[in-house]
Amino acid sequence: MKLALRELRRRPGRFAVATVILTLIALLLMFLGGLLDGLEASSTGALRAQRADVIVYSSTSQDSLVRSRLEPAVREQVAGIVGDERVGGLGSVQLGGRLEGRGVRDLVPVVLFGYELALTGLPEEVPARGQVYADEALRAEGIEEGTTIRLGPARTPVEVIGFLDDSQYSGQGTLWGSLDTWREVLDANRPGERAGAGVVQALVVRDDPARSGDLASAIDGATDGATSSLSIDAAIEALPGVSQQRSTFNQIIGVTVLVAIVVVALFFALLTVERTSLYGVLKAVGASSGTLFAGVVLQSVVVTLIASAVGAAASVALDAAIPAGSLPFVATPSRLLTSVAVMLVAAVVGCAFSLRRVLKVEPAAAIGGAQ
Amino acid sequence: MTAPTRTATEAGTALRLEAVRKTYEVGGEEVVALDHADLTVGSDEIVALVGPSGSGKTTLCSIAGGLLSPTDGRVVVAGQDISGYSGKQLTEFRRESVGFVFQTVNLVPFLTARENLLVVDELGPRTGRKAKDRADQLLEELGLSDRAANLPGQLSGGQKQRVAIGRALMNEPDLVLFDEPTSALDSTLGDQVVRLIREEMKSRGTAAIIVTHDDRITHYADRTVHISDGRIEA
Repeated sequence: MKLALRELRRRPGRFAVATVILTLIALLLMFLGGLLDGLEASSTGALRAQRADVIVYSSTSQDSLVRSRLEPAVREQVAGIVGDERVGGLGSVQLGGRLEGRGVRDLVPVVLFGYELALTGLPEEVPARGQVYADEALRAEGIEEGTTIRLGPARTPVEVIGFLDDSQYSGQGTLWGSLDTWREVLDANRPGERAGAGVVQALVVRDDPARSGDLASAIDGATDGATSSLSIDAAIEALPGVSQQRSTFNQIIGVTVLVAIVVVALFFALLTVERTSLYGVLKAVGASSGTLFAGVVLQSVVVTLIASAVGAAASVALDAAIPAGSLPFVATPSRLLTSVAVMLVAAVVGCAFSLRRVLKVEPAAAIGGAQ
Repeated sequence: MTAPTRTATEAGTALRLEAVRKTYEVGGEEVVALDHADLTVGSDEIVALVGPSGSGKTTLCSIAGGLLSPTDGRVVVAGQDISGYSGKQLTEFRRESVGFVFQTVNLVPFLTARENLLVVDELGPRTGRKAKDRADQLLEELGLSDRAANLPGQLSGGQKQRVAIGRALMNEPDLVLFDEPTSALDSTLGDQVVRLIREEMKSRGTAAIIVTHDDRITHYADRTVHISDGRIEA
């Protein structure tokens, strides 16, 4: 082990090429992961921000917020299970927002949500009619507290009274107002989608701690199949494109990991071939194959750790350098740590290809007696 | 590994080969590298092993040092019968009981002279301070104290060979095997190295087998053994 570390310290040039390539791979891995996380965050923030356990759609909606409509009668049935104070209506509409001082066609795409149950980062009280909280991402558009945004073709004005973080939806910034504000904006701009009094697109439900059993099943049972209730996580998965996007990115990440394994395997296989006579001598003076192979693994792990550290630092720097809202990239500690762990596994797996070669070195080769 | 028991008759014997045979399979045919070799080396005896290329010198040396296992026969080194040892047992045996000096010096290129000696200790259960003291003492005896911190690339051929001798002596072996130790050195340096080998072996009472083509070496040996076609000549 000491021998392997000394070689790394005294002959860093030998490992430079592998370190540079692995650094680029680590950076690519973290960048892809960061993009995936960023894209997911910008698609799912509105649901993740819900302080609720279950989201209820109409059964005919195919779990789509836009297609879902729930009548007040359904709401009463749901309230019968957990109590009215644990049920909140939710409505949404995607519109272009106009800002003062910007061109007529220079619209800011936003999703206006009407809500009742407070989200993470928002006060319990729902804002007054015509007032909204805005997602932090909209600051990049120059929106501040007090800004009036004119929504849709009807240019319905809403005033921003505060901000909340990480609540984007479908890659767009969100505005959060009362259900009345939502209905007013919807009526004015999407008359065909008008929602009647008490009608909402979905319900968010907080479970009653005193209750037992699966809440989603209980709700769907109580509404006699008129609803399709999903946990927040399941609702996120049901968002269009989220799981497909994740699977595509994960496949690319998988291929990148394979490349990392191949790089480690080739590099250390070459190094092992180069060291055949040295290993012969070391085995002759009493080194076991296990000790020598452990040295190879240790070197691979150290090189990978250095590469991963540089990759992680570059990812964090990139995250800090990207202006908010320009690129959906986030460098989260969990993503960085997972990437490092994956790289380390690749390092060990890659080394395994050298094991046979290390085992095959005959100590007698040192003295020219191997046949 | 069970601790070897030395018998009284073996107390003065560093190596005993009894009817040792080594064969290899080459292209489906059996090639005899060593044929019923018998050899006894006393505990402080220096034996020069002389023979033409391909005569079996290296094979004999490899079997005596636990680098190869014999096909038949018995190999006893300082009381340990190593004939049936497993690979793992042979590794431990080499680490603890024999020393090697190879034809091409084969020092670890990125370790200093002192570290090349200590590597033997690092490969097994470490003795720490004791090993360091021994390495320093050996370097001093070999006239390399001022070169202890030099890498092999900064040493002359003779100095490298002396470091290799030091490494072979680190584990206080019962038997040291030298494989053509002077072949890469000029005659003056070769002479110095062989004289040093004799001094070191005799002062420690350690047995040595020196495989050589070089007639000058035989003058420093207590006995010369000739080998030809895998057979030791009487």
